[in-house]
Amino acid sequence: MTTTTGPKDTFLNRLLGRIPLTGWLALAAPVAAVVFAGLVTALVLLVTGNPPVETLTTMVEYGTQPRTMVLTLNSATMYYISAIAVALGFRMNLFNIGVDGQYRLAAILAAAVGGSAVLPGFALTVLVIVVAMAVGAAWAAIAGILKATRGVSEVISTIMLNTIASSIVAYLLVNVVGVRRDNNIGTRPIPEDSWVPGVALVPGTQAKVFGLIFLAIALGIGFHVLLNRTRFGFDLRTTGANREAAIASGVNVKRMVVIAMVISGAVAGLAGMPQLLGASYSYSLDFPAGLGFNGIAIALLGRNNPIGVAIGALLWGFLDNSATILDLQEVPPEIVQIMQGVIVLSVVIGYELAHRYRIAAEQRKVSRELAAPAAVEGAKA
Amino acid sequence: MGEADISSQPVAAPAVELVGITKRFPGVVANRDIHLSVAKGQIHAIVGENGAGKSTLMKILYGMLRPDEGVISVDGTKVSFHSPADAIAAGIGMVHQHFMLADNLTVLENVILGSEPRKNGVAIDFAAARRKIREISDAYGLGVDPDVLVEDLGVGTRQRVEILKVLYRGARILILDEPTAVLVPHEVDELFENLKELVREGLTVIFISHHLDEVLKVADAITVIRRGTTVATVDPGSVTARRLAELMVGSELPSPETRESTVTDVVALSVRGLTVRSPDGRPVVDDVSFDVRKGEVLGIAGVEGNGQAELVEAIMGMRASTGAILLEGQDISHWPTLKRREAGVAFIPEDRHRHGLLLESPLWENRILGHQTKRPNVKGPWIDRAGARRDTQRIVEVYDVRTPGIEVDAAALSGGNQQKLIVGREMSGDPVFLIAAHPTRGVDVGAQAAIWDHLRRARAEGLAVLLISADLDELIGLSDTLKVILRGRLVADVDPASVTPEELGSAMTGAGEAA
Repeated sequence: MTTTTGPKDTFLNRLLGRIPLTGWLALAAPVAAVVFAGLVTALVLLVTGNPPVETLTTMVEYGTQPRTMVLTLNSATMYYISAIAVALGFRMNLFNIGVDGQYRLAAILAAAVGGSAVLPGFALTVLVIVVAMAVGAAWAAIAGILKATRGVSEVISTIMLNTIASSIVAYLLVNVVGVRRDNNIGTRPIPEDSWVPGVALVPGTQAKVFGLIFLAIALGIGFHVLLNRTRFGFDLRTTGANREAAIASGVNVKRMVVIAMVISGAVAGLAGMPQLLGASYSYSLDFPAGLGFNGIAIALLGRNNPIGVAIGALLWGFLDNSATILDLQEVPPEIVQIMQGVIVLSVVIGYELAHRYRIAAEQRKVSRELAAPAAVEGAKA
Repeated sequence: MGEADISSQPVAAPAVELVGITKRFPGVVANRDIHLSVAKGQIHAIVGENGAGKSTLMKILYGMLRPDEGVISVDGTKVSFHSPADAIAAGIGMVHQHFMLADNLTVLENVILGSEPRKNGVAIDFAAARRKIREISDAYGLGVDPDVLVEDLGVGTRQRVEILKVLYRGARILILDEPTAVLVPHEVDELFENLKELVREGLTVIFISHHLDEVLKVADAITVIRRGTTVATVDPGSVTARRLAELMVGSELPSPETRESTVTDVVALSVRGLTVRSPDGRPVVDDVSFDVRKGEVLGIAGVEGNGQAELVEAIMGMRASTGAILLEGQDISHWPTLKRREAGVAFIPEDRHRHGLLLESPLWENRILGHQTKRPNVKGPWIDRAGARRDTQRIVEVYDVRTPGIEVDAAALSGGNQQKLIVGREMSGDPVFLIAAHPTRGVDVGAQAAIWDHLRRARAEGLAVLLISADLDELIGLSDTLKVILRGRLVADVDPASVTPEELGSAMTGAGEAA
């Protein structure tokens, strides 16, 4: 009689991509949203007395220069890792808001280990990466364990852990691992033979892309395989889609919460590594901030799908880096943040509309295909 | 096929008349040559299996779809609806199955939402609205207070608010889509009283249902729809539920009766002193003990909420309990759910959407659910997509799941087909013991017969089944042994061969000890 859209068909589930969109809709929705965001930005530019077309074309021109493209790829690499960490939690209904704290704490401790040069060459590189993952995992595990044993909302606990992480990082930097250099304070630099060399991916520039871009790509593939091809991934998705059904099917949901948090935290710990091992070689006051929060926006934008998240990360990187030209044009670069905000909002709305359309279309299709034999039979009768 | 002993010959023009209504969707015919005549001042029921075309017909009548052929007349005048607004203007109102009320608003606010009476052109005239709602409520005995918040109302009252909403907009003909699906028995009785009051006041009610007993109780005329067309209009006074069901499925109906006993003396599941406590320490399952043998169906009869759900969850390991549960002699009472499932406990849950399905996942992923560690779904830690797909295809064929394919989402299937998929899944992999909680709830008669057949066949092959049901015919027909649960305790054993539904019903309410 009534085709059921179940209780789990909530706005939140659709928002987080636990309910998949398929076909051309999956593409049309975000593209339309970005175009729409462009129009809104143009309007804002117009209102603030800046020439919209000129400003946007300047951004595109500057953004497509080889050097800027390298910078875009580099930003995108870190955004991608951070967003994948967020997406992993999202797929199981866990809101790891704490990626920000996890990656910064991981980065400073990994940098300290790297600066101590306890191992030579490549072995130290591996050690730095492992330490970063372990620290990120441990920090996230606190929230996971609190949720599993005490029912503490991970949203609250990870936000608090972010604040705590900030204080710890500041304390460590000033009092424990930091060394003062000029106006900056940072960890001892990692020896050169343990750096991850950049790769010349973009012709026409001396600038090199982070070598760890390949780690990001591997993480994306790993994320896809883990979720779609393994039993663990099935359990994780099931827990996210229908917790009650997961329990009835034999999934130990509490254990899943802790494991998912740990994996998410381990990936989060990697977010700062391309910068640490590929550019700054030390954790200092000017280490990139806010990767975690941008990761949340990008995960939403890409609907927690590894390809979608990659596109989102590239878009974010592009916007960030092409905005640097705006200062020269005497246009406030904050216009880019407005654009990013509008993109997130319109993508959310776009996906929602596309989803409604898809549900209706699928139900029509099924009833059509089922009614067909009945109609034939009826005609015979 | 054509059974047309239309009993009521209306003297006046019928309230609604449909002649030769046909609705095609690209490539198919959803409604074909529908003929329906609803007399004024009657309750007219429309029954049919899931997917028979009731919804399409109602959407046509309510202006949500336009027919390709045929004529709709209201009160003898030919009409053509372009939208529900046209239907409302013609005096037709629809009460949807799922309530469309804002919880945080009052009844008054909900009722006037979208058609607010105006004072001086701008302000909402609450006083006039309140007066009108009171009038309607009193005139039809709805007993609705306009000033309470909807969130404080029970399901039955909410439904009356929905009815009031439709009446407020001037409807003289009410369409109710499966109105009893969400109600408990005494609320159903109240609803029927309200409906009778409405028709006494000259309104006309079109009532869609697949609960045949209810239809027989309340309707003045019944029209049966099968495969998109009206096959008969019958008088409830001269037809039995069984005959109606046969008209709906178009064939002789199998009964749930189990002929010969297949009960062995090998105990598959043994429960000893099982107690489940609610968070406040009260026992909701109280010292329950029973054995289920191979080839035996043990039925648990009881009014809902007497501990059945908790008993099932305790056996599945989803809820903490004390006492012993032995599966083939092995104590499994401390095992996690997964291990119990692996050991051969199968589970048809009471609420398939909550516990049994991933609605937004394809059928083959639903095949894996609950069987994540077993072949052909997995190979070691990897999901075996090909294996799971192949086996889903098998289930679809063997269990007659009507679906265009295994890649469609479970949400796209009708309730009966979802349930057949679950039954097929749980029967896979040679289970030792099956918990079937309300296995045919909310499914149409065709699927019900099929599910009974599968249960009976599995029993004949030596499966031990714990059957929990509210359908007394199902319990009596399928069970080899029947126990009655009341306030968490097993209070009586009854012999399904000799007990009548009436006796069982009184045992369930604790009225007396059955034989």
